[in-house]
Formats: sequence, C-alpha cells, structure tokens
Amino acid sequence: MDFWKRPGSWSVLILILCAGSAVFAFKSDNLREIAFTILLYVTLASSLNIFLGFTGYINFGHIVFFGLGGYTGFYLMSVHGWSIYTASLAGGFIASALATLIGSAILRLRGAYFALATIGINEAARAFVNNFSPFGGSTGLSLNFSVYHQYGGPSKALWTTYGLMLIAAFAVVLISLVIRHSRFGLGLFAIREDEDAALTMGVNAPLYKTLAYVISAFFPAVVGTLFFFKNGNIEPGDAFRLHMSIEVLVMVMLGGQGTVLGPVLGAAAYERLRGLLLTSSALKNLHLLFAGVLLLLIVLFVPEGLVGSLRKRFAKLRKVLE
Amino acid sequence: MVVQLTASLLDGLLLGAIYGMAAMGLNLIWGVMSVINLSHGAMMTLGMFGAYALFTYAGINPYLALPLIAIGGCLFGFGMYWIAVHRVINAPHLASLLSTFAVNMVIIGAGTTLFTASPRNIDYSIGSLHIGPIILQGTRLVAAGIAVLMAAALFVFLNRTFLGKKIRAVANNRAAAELMGIPSTKVLAISFGIGTMLASVAGFLISTIFPFTIYSGGSYEPKSFVICVLGGLGNPMGALIGGLILGALEGAIPAFLPVGWVPVLEFALFVAILVVRPTGLFGSK
Amino acid sequence: MILHVEQVTKNFGGLLALADVSFDLPEGWIMGLIGPNGAGKTTLFNILNGVYPPSLGRVIFRGEDITGRSPYLVARSGMARTYQVVRPLSELTVRENAMVGACFGREQHSKSSAKQAADNALAVVGLDDRAEQLAGTLNLSQKKRLEMARAVAARPHLLLLDEVLAGLNPSEVSRMLEIIRCIRDQGITILIIEHVMQAVMNVSEKIIVLESGAVIAEGTPDQVVSNPKVIEAYLGDPEQARLLMA
Repeated sequence: MDFWKRPGSWSVLILILCAGSAVFAFKSDNLREIAFTILLYVTLASSLNIFLGFTGYINFGHIVFFGLGGYTGFYLMSVHGWSIYTASLAGGFIASALATLIGSAILRLRGAYFALATIGINEAARAFVNNFSPFGGSTGLSLNFSVYHQYGGPSKALWTTYGLMLIAAFAVVLISLVIRHSRFGLGLFAIREDEDAALTMGVNAPLYKTLAYVISAFFPAVVGTLFFFKNGNIEPGDAFRLHMSIEVLVMVMLGGQGTVLGPVLGAAAYERLRGLLLTSSALKNLHLLFAGVLLLLIVLFVPEGLVGSLRKRFAKLRKVLE
Repeated sequence: MVVQLTASLLDGLLLGAIYGMAAMGLNLIWGVMSVINLSHGAMMTLGMFGAYALFTYAGINPYLALPLIAIGGCLFGFGMYWIAVHRVINAPHLASLLSTFAVNMVIIGAGTTLFTASPRNIDYSIGSLHIGPIILQGTRLVAAGIAVLMAAALFVFLNRTFLGKKIRAVANNRAAAELMGIPSTKVLAISFGIGTMLASVAGFLISTIFPFTIYSGGSYEPKSFVICVLGGLGNPMGALIGGLILGALEGAIPAFLPVGWVPVLEFALFVAILVVRPTGLFGSK
Repeated sequence: MILHVEQVTKNFGGLLALADVSFDLPEGWIMGLIGPNGAGKTTLFNILNGVYPPSLGRVIFRGEDITGRSPYLVARSGMARTYQVVRPLSELTVRENAMVGACFGREQHSKSSAKQAADNALAVVGLDDRAEQLAGTLNLSQKKRLEMARAVAARPHLLLLDEVLAGLNPSEVSRMLEIIRCIRDQGITILIIEHVMQAVMNVSEKIIVLESGAVIAEGTPDQVVSNPKVIEAYLGDPEQARLLMA
C-alpha cells in the first residue's frame, strides 16, 4: 500500500490524532463538546465521501444510517443492556446489512434517479420507525440514567464516548486513505468518471458501488449510537433529520469531494461557522439559508471544493493535500 | 364501508388532479432541459404563502389572487434559471441537481426565518357538494377543476402556439433548434418559469384545502417525483394521469393500512417503476 | 477460431438492427468490419462485449459461449473494446487510465504490477511521456491512443476497435496503423470497424461487409472491393459507380 509513503496521508491522520487527543489534556467539558460535534461531522462527511466522492453518485439520504444505526445501538443498550462498545459496533454492522439490502434495489438506478431515490429513503425510514413499536414508535426510546454508572458515572461516560468518537473519526479517515490508494479505489474512480467505460474495462461496477455504499453506512451508524447515548434519548424526528444530510453534503462539497482532507476540513469549518451562527438568536434559522447560498456558490464556481481546487491549480500540492 | 371507500377515492382523485398539475411543472422542466428541479417543493410552498399573504394582509379573495400567484411563480422561475441553472446546464446533471437543491435550501431557510414553522390556514369556504351520502368539499372541487383547466391550457399551449412549438423543438434537440434560429436559452428560461408557475399554482390550490407550514411543499415534492416517473417523461399529460392514479391510491390506502405507511409505499412505487419500466406509462424518453 | 459469431440477430422494438449475422475470426488476424452508416456495426460490437444481449444467436469466444454476459465479465475473459466517441477518465492521469485497464482486464493486476503493464501499453501507443497528464487535457488523437492503451494494458486476447481513425489527419492515421500492427504482433487478435477505406483495406487480412444489419460480403480486401454488392451498398448503383470511377 503506497499510501504510507505520502506526506498528505500522514498529515491528515496526525492532525486528527493530535488535535483530538489534545482535548483530553485540557480537561474542559466545553472544549470536549465542541470537539465531539466536530469529530461527529468529520466522520459523517468522510463516510459520505467514501461513497459520493469516490463513485460520484449523489446521496441525499446519508443520514438514514445515522438514524437507523443510532436506533439499533440505542435499542440494544436500553432494552437489552449491551455496552456502548458492542452496541455501537452492532449498530454499524446492522446498518451495513441494511445498506446492502437498500443498495440492491436502488444502486441499479443511475445519476439523478438514484439521487431522488435517496431522498425518498430518509422519508420512508422515518415513517417506518414512527410506526415501529419496538423502537418506541413516535415517542422513541430513552436511557435509564443508571446506565451511565456502568462507565464510572455520567462524567466519565461522556469522556469515554468522546474517546470512542475520536477513534471512529480516525478509523474512517484511515479507511478513506487506504481505499483511495487501493485497486478498489481506482475502480471506484473509474466508475465516477464513466461507469460504462469502467464496465467495459472489467470493473465490476455493481459490486464496487455496493461495497462503497455499505462501507459508507457503517460509520454514521456507529457515531449515531454514540451521539444518542450521550443524548439519553432518541426520537424519529431527531434521528432522521434531512437537514443533517444536506449539511453533511455541503461539508463534503465545500472541502472537496473525492479527497480525504477535504471532508475533514469542510466539516470542521462548516461546523464552526454554524456554531457561531447558532449562538446569535437572530441568525439561528439562517444557517439553512447560509448553507444553501454556500452550496450554490460552490456548485456554480468551485465544484471541486477547497482542497480539490488547490490540488487542481497547484500540481506540487497534490502530494501534500490528499 | 363502500361509501367510505368511494368518498375517499373521490377525494383522492380531486387531490390527484392537483398533484398531477404540480407534477406537470416538474415534468416540463425535466423533459425540456433534463434538469430535476429540487426546489419544486419550495415553489409550491411559495405559492401557499403567497396566497396566504394576499388573503390575510390584503384581503384578496384567493381565487382572484390566482393570476398574481401564477405570474409571480413564473417570474421567480425565470430569474432562478439565470441564477442557478444557466451556468450548469451543460455540466453533468448532478450539478443542476445540487444547484436547484441549494435554491431550495435558501427558500426554506429564508421562509423559516420570516414565517416560522407554525401552521397557517386560509379560512375560506365555498360550501360543499352532496352526492347521495358522499360530501365533496367545494374548495376541493374548484381546485381540481382549476388544475384540470390548467393542464388543458398547457396542452393547448405546447401544441398549438408558436412559443409552445419552440419549447418542444428545444426539448427535442437543442442544438438543432438553435440552428433554426430559436433562441434556445431564452426558451429554456421561459420553460423553467412555466414549470415553477405550475408548481406555485398547485401550492396555492392546496392551501385552499389544507392548512400548511413552511415545510409542506417539501412533503409534496416526493409525490411529484413519483408521478413524473409513473407518468413518464416527455409527456406532461402523463403527469396528470399519474397524479390521478397516485391520488386514488392515497385515498384508498388508509382504508387498509395506517396512514404513516404512505411515504414508504410511495418510495417503493418509485423504485419499482424505475427498475421495471423506466420510461413510465406514457413516457417518450 | 478465437471468435465464432452464430446467427446473431438484434431487434430494438420494431427496428431490426442485425439479421442473422455469422462469421469466424481466426486467432492472430486483423479483420475489418465495414459498411455504410447505420449498418449495425457498433450494435454488433455492443453485443460482442455484452452491453446488451442479442435477440437471437450466440457469441462463442475461445470456445466459450459468452452470449449476453456482462461487459465486465467479458473484459475479464480477455475481450477489450474501444468506443467510437472516446471516453477518457478525464480527472485521472493517463497512467491511471491505463492502470484501470490493467487492473480489471484479463490479467487482473494488483496496483503495483499494473503500473508496469500500464507503462508498457503507453509505450506501445506513444503516450509514455504524458503519463502524469490528466486525461481530460489530451487532444483527440492522444485520447484515441489512450483508449487503445487502456484496452491493450490488460493484454486481451481480442481487441475490438470502433472507428479509431475517425477525425485523424493522414499522418496520425498511419501512426495509428503502425500501432495496430504492433499490437497484433504482440499476439492480440483485432476486429476493427472503420470508414477510412484505404486504411482498413491496407491493414486487414479479411473484411466483412455489413449493410442494413446483414452480412453482404466476406473475403480478402481485394475480393470485397470488387464485389458489386459492396459497391452498390456504398454508392447506390453499380452502373453509376462504374461510370463515376471510369
């Protein structure tokens, strides 16, 4: 795997590891919360990028795995008493299994039709969960507070969850790098550039698209479990917020779809900006408006995103900006 | 039971006519320039709020406000074409998907700030029609009637007027139309405007029947997609029929399943058609 | 026979694109497939490499029935194909383009050995000095050669070339013919659709002529050129043609 040799790969991984670990040193709850949210979006954006950025298929419904995984993990923890470690992994695997199922139906659709189908998925999932009594129907599920004692009390539990989030973010970026430089990744890029030409050259497009989709579904599910564990409860309205899907999409496009550093930077930048907007009550609702204008400007003028356009204009930077 | 079902079916058909008209707008834009307007739902919402604003603050009878809504919707679409679509019309389709989606976000974001998410209602009643044991609301009948009239008007426009023929020419082969002296860009902008006009009028009609919020248009958008795919692209009439079918289904399903299942079934229908018969029932593309 | 096409027929709704097409292609030969526009040549290619199945008939490749097999499986069995309208993977480099062919074609290279195979293929078509360039920035002649490099990087048994000479000037044409001969000398059988008559007659050992979906002539270039049915297909009326050519 020649990705080890590239400074661009190392720098992203070290960035996440160092910045993420530094938070432990400061022992500040506030800083931890900010970092948690940023890492959450870094994971969501990077996982979306594995599918959208590498295959070129637009997925408006990425958040459905956050919701479904979150629900599965939460259910296992609150009803069956599983630990956060096993529940989050189980959530991830169940989401991947569902992705295989959903993918078998919609991945045969091309381009715009696929994108439309993904819009419908989120709605369908929310409607389904609303009527699904084991998941609490429209009222959702909640965690008994005593659960936190398993982890040494609520404060320790929050720090543990943060640590797990850091691991998840690191893992998804690592996997993105590995894929990007692998034979599998080359096949995905070929599909992105011209799926029919790729098929003619021997790329098993149906299998590869499904694999990318399934891998991209794993991580949102894991972090979904972590997020709702922290939250203490989960409801259909929170788990399947289309806005989140949209914002994650904007993050990926802002940073640069198809690159690895792009979604990381895009998520961090957008999330910080959003945080600033949210603190001002006058601008609270404007974050969707802001995201819309941003997306429009990106699509019209800088479709490759920040990292993508830097790579395009300065060939020398390509080794450093992955 | 039968009476209940018949009443639901009729109600569904009336609603379906409106859905069909809304979908015609989406279908027209999709068919003429291969752009899927993801702000379609937002346009419907603008129609709803436009009617509400004119009724509540200016006291204008909603049905008299119709031409204003139509013109407003058309102008908005015309402008939106130049801002968000023109630059990406020759780029891969996904670029226009994202740009129209961005406009959608802008409209909803601005709308939420201006109008908040609280439900609005246009309190306007024109009585109801009684057919035996079945009661059909006057507003629904009028709305369906207007929808069918507009569908017919679109048909006549596309097939009998000069501008309509230009639009069909550009839809068929833009380069060839350009070579024959048709200003294709202007035609595309006008087509986009007509598409958004139909959407906003549909929204307006819905506002005379149901209460609505800033998010309501968004919930009708997936229905328009399903109808376009069901009716087939390239034939706006197919959208009307598709709408009637969907409306009938929506009327009949709650008799057998909890109403929450409707989005799931619509999604399943959408995927099924695309896999089994991608050209839809009447499509030519 | 590396390729045995048996009574292939293709119907698109009401349109009969191919009618009862049969021929054999011996291994190591260069065979030309010619015919007026709309004769069904590209349709035949699409059936050979699996883009869609025939309505009737069979395609036997190296003794195996591959009729209707998916394109990626056909590629893996050793049949590569170029497109009439070039389809470069624009945002990838020239070398990466060729590597896709090497990785996923017959030889199924890993990424590291694909680099070598790709460079070999690029050298054959003369694009090795542009290996790091983005494929989208090449000119037409270079893109056509990249198309061939991608196909050749997998070292297929059979290479289908669809109008690789279209749009090229005479010096580019002779360069391309050299490349084609070089590829054949490496042991790859070639089936070539072409309109540039002189070129295809020059390079082929056997010619098949299609018209309106049917094979109207088969033979050596000399035999085909003097066949009145072929002249009629291209020029309309053999008497008129004789007058014109006199």
